[in-house]
Amino acid sequence: METLLTTVIALAPRLVDGAMTTVAITLLTAPFAALFALIAGLARLSHVRTIAVAAVVYVELFRGTSLLVQLFFMFYVLPLIGIELSPWTTGVATLALNFGAYGSEIVRGALLAVPRGQIEAALALHMPPNRVLRRVLLPQALPAMLPPFGNQLIELVKATSLLSLITISDLTFVGNALAQTTGRVTTVYILLLAVYFGIAYTLTLAMRALERRYGVARTMAAAR
Amino acid sequence: MMFQLDYAAELLPILLKASLITIEATLGGMAVALVLGLVLALLRRSRHAVIHTPASALVEFVRSTPLLIQIFFIYYVLPLYGVRIPTLACGIIALGLHYATYTAEVYRAGIEAVPHGQWEAGRALSLPIYRIWRHIILPQALPPVVPALGNYLIAMFKETPLLAVIGVHELLGTALREASQTYRYYEPLTLVGLIFLAFSLVTALVLRRVEVRLAGRS
Repeated sequence: METLLTTVIALAPRLVDGAMTTVAITLLTAPFAALFALIAGLARLSHVRTIAVAAVVYVELFRGTSLLVQLFFMFYVLPLIGIELSPWTTGVATLALNFGAYGSEIVRGALLAVPRGQIEAALALHMPPNRVLRRVLLPQALPAMLPPFGNQLIELVKATSLLSLITISDLTFVGNALAQTTGRVTTVYILLLAVYFGIAYTLTLAMRALERRYGVARTMAAAR
Repeated sequence: MMFQLDYAAELLPILLKASLITIEATLGGMAVALVLGLVLALLRRSRHAVIHTPASALVEFVRSTPLLIQIFFIYYVLPLYGVRIPTLACGIIALGLHYATYTAEVYRAGIEAVPHGQWEAGRALSLPIYRIWRHIILPQALPPVVPALGNYLIAMFKETPLLAVIGVHELLGTALREASQTYRYYEPLTLVGLIFLAFSLVTALVLRRVEVRLAGRS
């Protein structure tokens, strides 16, 4: 008679494969999303109207529609108009663009929270604008961005599960396949939830460590 | 491949009708999230570890796992134990449960923002705990968090397409069904995107109105 333990052991290798894919998607997407967030967040504050408007359009387009709809649009419609991308590229690009749009609000908020006097002081010292950004604005804004970006990272892990619907064999895809082939529906879905929780929790701990090292509290202490 | 306007025009009424299911799922899910979230927030404030520990664990667990798996879980696993729920109701429960863990945090912030003196005053008048909550704390805690709750309403609205995976014929499910019949994905998916955009922009405007009104009142 098959016990729960033997079932779990039998399922483990494929679930581990799936989990690796999920982690890979997350870690591959996160830097792109952060980059898009930074670019769009800065662009929205630009004095050049065209740049600011372009950023607003990008952000509202991706925040105003559903991630799953975006994924299906990229997956089904782009090939029809001559843009052929692999499911992986489609998935990672859509996730990065979507999370970049949400992240840009975090970037914008953190940049606006830097006291205006800081910019004025830097400009009074004749710093060129890009150095004001690099040496004055970002070092003060980045620590404030860490906690909300940590939350976004957990949201990203959860969102990667949608890529299973565009044929990528991530944890969700593997889990659904196992549930169908083994018939052990309850065990498989509970294991899936547990593994996702494990991944999310590990990332939460990592982000907390990062916050302790570079977060607001730490930078404030160092400035004193 | 060109965007065919006449096919789009043919689809639009079908999709607008399907958007009623989307709205139904959103409002149903939000109702569950508003009530369950408040219950979870109150349970988490309990003095007894047997009550607040499981409530906190549930919130953390549900928040950290994908809604998609939770939908599958409710749809495939519960019937095995004799719990038979209609498909749309499965979706509403999943959405509601998932977002309850978010609204619970919102409520908590609102409750913690009520000055401590309000509690003390209530106790000094030896009001029963139920009346302190009902007549003193919640009336002050809830209005300021309405905008935050509204944001989750919009967020939930944008997650309703996930219900297509269990066969709910909301916007996306209907669009995919139509597309699979004609092999044209361009028009249905573009229209779904545009409908979502339109709804989101309108709700965002309405919420801003509500926010202004609430701010004006206090």
